[in-house]
Amino acid sequence: MRFKSGIDLETYREQLKQKTDPNRIKIRICMTGCRAYGAVELRDAFREQLREQNLEDQVDMVETGCHGFCAKAPVCVVEPMGVFYHGLTPKVIPEIVEQTIKHGKIVEEYVFQDEKGNKYPYEKEIPFYKTQVRVVLRNCGRIDPTSIDAYIENDGYQAISRVLSQMTPEDVIDVVKKSGLRGRGGAGFPTATKWSFARSAPGDEKYIICNADEGDPGAFMDRAVLEGDPHSVIEGMMIGAYAIGAQTGYIYVRAEYPIAVQHLKIAIEKGEKMGLLGENILRSGFNFRIILKEGAGAFVCGEETALIASIEGKRGMPRTRPPFPAVSGLWGKPTNINNVETWANVPSILLHGSNWYAAMGTETSKGTKVFALAGKVNHTGLVEVPMGITLKELIFEVGGGIPNGKAFKAAQTGGPSGGCIPENLLHLPIDYESLAKAGAIMGSGGLIVVDEETCMVDIAKYFLTFTQNESCGKCVPCRMGTKRMLEILTKICEGNGKPEDIDTLRGLAENVKDTSLCGLGQTAPNPVLTTLNQFLHEYQEHIENKRCPAGVCRALISFHVDAEKCTGCGRCKVVCPQKAVSGEKKEVHTIDQNLCIQCGICKGECKFDSIYIV
Amino acid sequence: MEKDRGSEIDLALLDPVIEEKKHIKGSLIPLLQAAQEIYGYLPEKVLQYISSEIKIPLSRIYGVITFYAQFYQKPRGKHIIKLCQGTACHVKGGKGILEEVERTLGTKAGETTEDLMFTLETVACLGTCFLAPVKMVDDQYYGRLTPRAALKVIEKIRKAEV
Repeated sequence: MRFKSGIDLETYREQLKQKTDPNRIKIRICMTGCRAYGAVELRDAFREQLREQNLEDQVDMVETGCHGFCAKAPVCVVEPMGVFYHGLTPKVIPEIVEQTIKHGKIVEEYVFQDEKGNKYPYEKEIPFYKTQVRVVLRNCGRIDPTSIDAYIENDGYQAISRVLSQMTPEDVIDVVKKSGLRGRGGAGFPTATKWSFARSAPGDEKYIICNADEGDPGAFMDRAVLEGDPHSVIEGMMIGAYAIGAQTGYIYVRAEYPIAVQHLKIAIEKGEKMGLLGENILRSGFNFRIILKEGAGAFVCGEETALIASIEGKRGMPRTRPPFPAVSGLWGKPTNINNVETWANVPSILLHGSNWYAAMGTETSKGTKVFALAGKVNHTGLVEVPMGITLKELIFEVGGGIPNGKAFKAAQTGGPSGGCIPENLLHLPIDYESLAKAGAIMGSGGLIVVDEETCMVDIAKYFLTFTQNESCGKCVPCRMGTKRMLEILTKICEGNGKPEDIDTLRGLAENVKDTSLCGLGQTAPNPVLTTLNQFLHEYQEHIENKRCPAGVCRALISFHVDAEKCTGCGRCKVVCPQKAVSGEKKEVHTIDQNLCIQCGICKGECKFDSIYIV
Repeated sequence: MEKDRGSEIDLALLDPVIEEKKHIKGSLIPLLQAAQEIYGYLPEKVLQYISSEIKIPLSRIYGVITFYAQFYQKPRGKHIIKLCQGTACHVKGGKGILEEVERTLGTKAGETTEDLMFTLETVACLGTCFLAPVKMVDDQYYGRLTPRAALKVIEKIRKAEV
């Protein structure tokens, strides 16, 4: 099939919809993140069982992208009932097929159960999903991302078809402007304003770029969208290209994401085959092609001028602005860059209108935001919530709180550019301004929860190690400043800190923030500044009392055996790489402090919780 | 070791790739990626050949490959271990796992074992934070690791190779 007009596309969509029987049994199984937990074996077991039972013709296996509830991997949903199963193994598939597929009965053992023991067999009733509003992730976990038909059937390419036949580029920019959409890459610049700069820049040759170089440690939102619904990004880019007058788009994708690259390649190829990419799309006179560029591993390439240099085949180093890319970008031509999530929002906005979109969120931050929940939180995974819900709701209701009864300490947003938000600010609504006021940033959506066992000085040092390593070295404040800051943090963590270090650190941080060339250096001090502001007492404990309250910094801690709890099982003795543990079987063991290197393996392996840190 | 391998390098394998890419603007990085795909790393001989074929000075090519983390100038192991050092992995003990693997393999991160069996690398984030702490060996993810579990995976691969 090759669409020659919008009517062709609509007819095709109608045919697809008519062919679909809403009562047909479907098994939606995650084939992306859940692979690490045996999703492939699970799918094969389902297939085999369906074949044995002669059910192959009656049941569809839909291999989808991420369902979001990664903590429960591997997950799958049986439609049309909407039964959510997790933690399945190939061994139990015969039972699932027999009970659920053949007789419509629920196998309670594998449905979601909360901490209080309440069971939630249906996906839509699970608290993790209930608070979520899925705009960007509308298709993720629902459709087969390698099937363009599945995307079209779910209203895919309807927005671009309407744009091309009924709207001028100015109309498009106006709708996006009224929707209030802001860049989801971190800084939150109004998308329509960015587009209008590139639109009004003189020149016939213009480019758009999708920034898919998701480099923040602790972020996997863009990965999930690219893997689970690549066509939504492509359609968003088409709409943006039409709006600014670009003929070529680049997707700059991180090479660490092989499934995303593969799904994008398939999506582009199918789009070209069906006449949705290429020359004279849907006979509108609009030409657009997409080129995929795989990154080569440099965090700074997330900065737009560095990303452009990288596409041009150079070292990915940023340059001073102005001129902004909207005026002089790729190959010196007007260029517009947005990130994956921003592009994926665009088709829905054009399809449902700016009022629909602007009705979600707060005064200044509209729509939804995707977060990657990770760290010390029960429901790690991918969530999409309306802007304006509080961090508390996000972490404790959607995220299910902190594991093992530990106390919450901080939420880290925005990765190495962001900051740590303490408990007393958890009532803040999630929007660009509130998070900035707390010294953090919205960032691209990585949200790491840390508990009482996380040292905030160590966290600051961790992020500085990262930014110092990734600093491209072009400007002095970032190159030297991050290095000096890291030296001080290392000194403090090793127990050699001095009281005056705090002021030096703060002064350096302010300088690096104010004088660095690009976003990397300008935001690198944020983790240091927010921890200094919110957790100063932890720094002071390290410096004045040579103590790490969280029990993390090795130079300041020692491991001991609790004689009351130790059963003398000998496990710690076996696993200790230093042979520092001694003791006879069934007798209390001891740790030789001269040999111990504080690696903590014994503590992790002890089944009786008998090893403690001082 | 690199010298021994130098004589085995068949530059003709590069010709179709160069032919395909040399007229495309900004194709240096994809070309280097393709070359690395062929040889497993980027030997000097290959870089010199690319430089003379696409008329880009060797100095600029070195500038590029030393800037990006994914280009290698030394042969790599048969199996690539990527230990994630992302935030979620860090707060869940990723560093301890790295140290234990380093100790066992007798190599530091970024190095290859002498028998060319394993290359140990650290990655800023594998983007699978829900599996933290996590590592990848070749194309396979291993999540919710402990130092012991991480070593078991390596032992298993080593046994399968004997």
